[in-house]
Amino acid sequence: MTATQLAMPQAITRPARPPGVTSAAGQVALRALRKYFRTPSLLVMGIVQSAMFLFSFRYVFGGAIHAGSTSYVDFLVPSYVATIVLFTGGGIAVAVAEDKVQGFTDRLLSLPVPRYSLVLGRTLADSATNMWSIVTTAAFGFLFGFRLLGIWQDGLAALGLCALYAVVFTVVFIVMGLFAPNAQAAQGMSLIAFVFAFISSAYVPATSMPGWLQPFSKYQPITPMVDAVRSLLVGSTSDVGLALAWSAVLIAVFTPIAVIRYRR
Amino acid sequence: MRTPTAAEAQSAPLLEARALTVRFGKVTALDGLELTAPPGQVLAILGPNGAGKTTFVRAVATLVRPTSGKLLVRGRDVVREAAAVRRDVGLAGQFAAVEPTMTGRENLEMTARLFGHERSSARRAAAAVIDQLSLQEVADRRSGTYSGGQRRRLDLGASLVGGPRLLLLDEPTTGLDPVSRREVWDAVRGLAASGTDILLTTHYLDEANELANHVVVIDHGRVIATGSLGELKASIGRDVIDVAVSDPGLAAAVGQILERVTMNTARVEPDGRHVTAVAPGGPAELAAVIGCLHDASIAVDEIGLRRPTLDEVFLTLTGDIDIDREPAAAGQLTNGSSR
Repeated sequence: MTATQLAMPQAITRPARPPGVTSAAGQVALRALRKYFRTPSLLVMGIVQSAMFLFSFRYVFGGAIHAGSTSYVDFLVPSYVATIVLFTGGGIAVAVAEDKVQGFTDRLLSLPVPRYSLVLGRTLADSATNMWSIVTTAAFGFLFGFRLLGIWQDGLAALGLCALYAVVFTVVFIVMGLFAPNAQAAQGMSLIAFVFAFISSAYVPATSMPGWLQPFSKYQPITPMVDAVRSLLVGSTSDVGLALAWSAVLIAVFTPIAVIRYRR
Repeated sequence: MRTPTAAEAQSAPLLEARALTVRFGKVTALDGLELTAPPGQVLAILGPNGAGKTTFVRAVATLVRPTSGKLLVRGRDVVREAAAVRRDVGLAGQFAAVEPTMTGRENLEMTARLFGHERSSARRAAAAVIDQLSLQEVADRRSGTYSGGQRRRLDLGASLVGGPRLLLLDEPTTGLDPVSRREVWDAVRGLAASGTDILLTTHYLDEANELANHVVVIDHGRVIATGSLGELKASIGRDVIDVAVSDPGLAAAVGQILERVTMNTARVEPDGRHVTAVAPGGPAELAAVIGCLHDASIAVDEIGLRRPTLDEVFLTLTGDIDIDREPAAAGQLTNGSSR
């Protein structure tokens, strides 16, 4: 080894101060987004999965489900778009668990970054990819026969509420990933979301369920959340307050858990 | 507590552990560990698997909170002044923690930003590390395509972009082929020569031999010996008779003779050709062994007296082979566990 190689490069200085929250969260988010968009299987699988489920509901089960006065496609698509993150969000839990197992989280935690910037960055990135699935899923909805009954502003409001849910569910899946010992376990844990998605008014009218199941369907967050999206589409705001309240509660509960759990 | 001034941080020990204990549920990973390491050196933490090496490194990196006791890094407490400690240390782990879908340069720039660099200085730091670690040719390829050695060097580089005062290397060459190991060793030696303090854990003695000038042996979460390599070798305080046979079939017979003469356990090296035993009697015992081998008509390739290797010291200290230690020689070590 020559003498020139032995010197610590002059160009490496010590930063004057640790990074701010925005800059740190930005880097964490940028990396998560790069990983997502540079891994074709993640990108394509999300789209294929959401289209396949929608296709099955719409054309396979749909004929056997009676949604009252509305056609099933108009009943299904708004709630399907609202809950799509519950199907695709397993990927978030898996990614978080992988980072932990593979040492990436350790690397981040050993750096002088504000601890909550890790959750913030991750949430920003995953909410963005979730928005991407929401928009593509909505597009499939129109392709499979969904039509807006009200004005386009109502549609936009409904989409905005779905975007809020994307953030809410992202935080929940991050927490799952942080508690899972490995990626497979994270995948398994994320199936809990299916329970909430299926035993709700999202895909069938809640009144069609047996009496003993209806209370669960009625009092869990997904039912008012999807009902609020349906309301907005017809220009009503019923259930919107309850949906916003549930969103606030979920964020308020899961965000601190994520921050504390990351810090460990 | 008052934050130490820059001058105090300069003169403070690199590491100071007092009754450092870390428990995970019922498992005690560090059990009252005591250690004072002066700055300006490469310190190797040696120990068998499960000895607590990784836990110690993680505690220094503020990733594990001590259950009790105290740990100072350059005079700063890892719990109360964690943020300051994190600015001082760069961690490279057992698992190369780089993002495979990003290029080497992107990885380095990201880490530099997370250390607090502005965009332009992050770019400069990344470029400097790429030169330093000879990653120029692969810097703009995704790191998922790297060889094991390249990936490990990139991981090492990521720990450097913040200009750390202390570099933590947790088993830096585990799982690497010999060529890649050399690459990492060269890089570490270069950094040490430029004045970066380095703490590395390893269970390879040759690695400690190659890189470190100070060694701490830990077992069951305690320090069982510290010292320079020379001091550790002297801790056995005796010579070793080393016999090389061309026919591995003769090793057992040679071993019996060594044990009879030295009254110590003989060890057959992994190559099957070298048989060794600690010889308290030195040259006299060597002569006796030569006589016995001659009487038994055992032809040997080589025979000689030498200082014990670090391997032998290590095995003696961790109690894997049965050699009674000479109290005077053992006293040369600062024995951490028997305060």
